[in-house]
Amino acid sequence: MEVVSRKTITMTVNGESYEREVDARRLLIHFLRDDLDLTGSHIGCDTGNCGACSVLVDGVLVKSCMLLAIQADGAKIETVEGLAQDGELTALQQAFSDHHGLQCGYCTPGMLMSATALLRSNAHPNDEEIRKAIQGNICRCTGYVNIVAAIKAAAE
Amino acid sequence: MLLREVEYARPASVQEAVRLLSENDGARALAGGQTLINVMKARAASPDVLIDLNDLDELKGIDLGSDGTVSIGAMVTYSEILDSAEARARPILAEVCAQIADVQVRNRGTIGGNVCSNDPTNHLPPLMVSLGATMTIVGQDGERSVSAEEFFLGVYMTAAGPGELLTKISVPPGKSDGFASISIGKDGTCIVNAAASVNGGARVAIGCVDAVPVLLQTESTDAAAVRDAVRNANLVPPSDVHASADYRRHLAAVVAVRAVAQAKGKH
Repeated sequence: MEVVSRKTITMTVNGESYEREVDARRLLIHFLRDDLDLTGSHIGCDTGNCGACSVLVDGVLVKSCMLLAIQADGAKIETVEGLAQDGELTALQQAFSDHHGLQCGYCTPGMLMSATALLRSNAHPNDEEIRKAIQGNICRCTGYVNIVAAIKAAAE
Repeated sequence: MLLREVEYARPASVQEAVRLLSENDGARALAGGQTLINVMKARAASPDVLIDLNDLDELKGIDLGSDGTVSIGAMVTYSEILDSAEARARPILAEVCAQIADVQVRNRGTIGGNVCSNDPTNHLPPLMVSLGATMTIVGQDGERSVSAEEFFLGVYMTAAGPGELLTKISVPPGKSDGFASISIGKDGTCIVNAAASVNGGARVAIGCVDAVPVLLQTESTDAAAVRDAVRNANLVPPSDVHASADYRRHLAAVVAVRAVAQAKGKH
């Protein structure tokens, strides 16, 4: 095995297969947004603090600004674009709308992915578990109260 | 952010990883990337080659030995420690990993990355010192073992040198351990932290106050004895926007006493 600075990678994103050549230095978030035009995942801080870029990689919640695209070669990625099916919101997305779990909406894609990961592993989380699960997602509008209420409602 | 140009390899064996690290100038091991990718963005680190360890299954297991020793592969994530029945043999491991950052970081960040980056504000260097852990390091000349006390050499520096790889951390049996910190926000970066293990006396390792964890050993586990030991250590901690040196010195005694009290409570 030798080192490479560029490589053709394949990735399944929201059920669709993609093949692209990428620089080794390319972050996964840039690959999703700029190469695949999937701009639902946001870049908030670009320092690993805000969680707006959160996606699921092989079912594991990660911040896509702290992973290289080349590291996700062969992986199955889920982003916010993959949640609603045929225009039908998931129960979680609907709950965010019903409970005003967003204002500006910038953090929402990451919040939804963190909450999706939580509800898959814990179908009925309590408030404390919800707050711990979205600890890596910063919202500067809501004060989190309605986000927690939305996630709780979606679990019921 | 656009990173500086970098080359990349994802070897399938430790042997190959060590060869790649040895043969390429400016090569660095990439574990979970939760520190390294960020410092690369800030150009605080500029490796020429990244050797990605994520395919090394040899580094991913947690074993519980018959003598109670917990052996943790360097590429085990914090989340995997939280979920591990074997790691529960030394409960403090999961208790501390649960306090590191957030779900996303715990899902990617690794025990090996945490100790090898040896940022003085990290949680695991003082914990490994108080627990008396042993680090296994592999290089082209073979394998060697180093105690945690000898492993941490300076800020961002450890005994795992260029061309070497930390493969395993072995934690001896026990359960009377504590960990206390003052952090920037819940589970945030530590301003001061301390890990303690009680077995008759106390072993207390204080973090964030020097380039490496400061180990103190006291015969008595009384609060007054621990406080005196911290005072007598004549710590010279850094001053920054979060805490002055004086305040950090004060907090060092506070967290040391709390960590020992927690450890005693688990007797």
